[in-house]
Amino acid sequence: MTYRVHVRVMPRSGLLDPQGQAVEHALAALGFEEAGAVRVGRAIELDVAAGSRDEAEARARQMCDKLLANPVTEDYLLDVEED
Amino acid sequence: MTRVAVVRFPGSNCDFDTLRAAERVGADPYFVWHRDVDLQDADVVILPGGFSYGDYLRSGAIARFSPVMQAVKQHAAEGGPVLGICNGFQILCEAHLLPGALMRNAGLAFVSKPVDVTVERTATVFTRDYETGARLRLPVAHGEGRFVASPDTLRMLEAEGRVVLRYVAATEGSPFQPNPNGSAHHIAGISNAEGNVVGIMPHPERAADRILGLTGGAGIFTSLVSWHQEQSKMGVSSR
Repeated sequence: MTYRVHVRVMPRSGLLDPQGQAVEHALAALGFEEAGAVRVGRAIELDVAAGSRDEAEARARQMCDKLLANPVTEDYLLDVEED
Repeated sequence: MTRVAVVRFPGSNCDFDTLRAAERVGADPYFVWHRDVDLQDADVVILPGGFSYGDYLRSGAIARFSPVMQAVKQHAAEGGPVLGICNGFQILCEAHLLPGALMRNAGLAFVSKPVDVTVERTATVFTRDYETGARLRLPVAHGEGRFVASPDTLRMLEAEGRVVLRYVAATEGSPFQPNPNGSAHHIAGISNAEGNVVGIMPHPERAADRILGLTGGAGIFTSLVSWHQEQSKMGVSSR
């Protein structure tokens, strides 16, 4: 079984996110003053061959802990769907 | 002679400068390719600056998995000196040989200019020739140099005196701004607890020769040579 895994890696809240700030300022300059708390992260998608959805998620979690996210500065969210 | 392995990754670009700076102080430097697993009896290992693997994913994140890094980790675990300069510092953090991480500069821009730093820890292989508190002017050139660590880690680094280099406020009349990247505690370089693994953002190899305009970085290279000479005298080293 192949599962499509969507990983969302975000800068840990509380840490300065200069990219998010720059985007927020640009939005305000365009007249979108209602936008706030903008943060910029990274999206990663991958196929994972696994026997079950739980197994796919567990493996993807290991990939995040070891490589896809930096545990010092980033948090991640996983979304697993059947392909 | 002090054998200095300068590790080259795809995208390293300060490798020749580093080799030359080590040569100038009488060391015996040579290149080691990232796919090699043998450091060829290195006394000292240097991970030079650059953009290994194009900085894909995060700076240093992919280089950490290069075959040579197993040998570098082994060398460090045995107490062998390892210096990471700029991208090398980022790689050492990603490889968990040093704590913390280096994030995008607070001002977003790539910063390439001389900065003033103080040498806070001289009990390392790479800073032993400096006086504690010595002020150096060294070039920085990075987009991701903002040192970040948990409050506990920062407290530990300070308490154990592991901040090796710190950005200082510009001296009167100096055009240089302090802390070019928003680093926590103005940190420009740190060491591991033992002091044999050091990571720094500034480039001493670009300030190690009169012809380069700045010479304050030469002490990093004379330090590793004087360390090795002392080791040899004590009969610790095989050479």
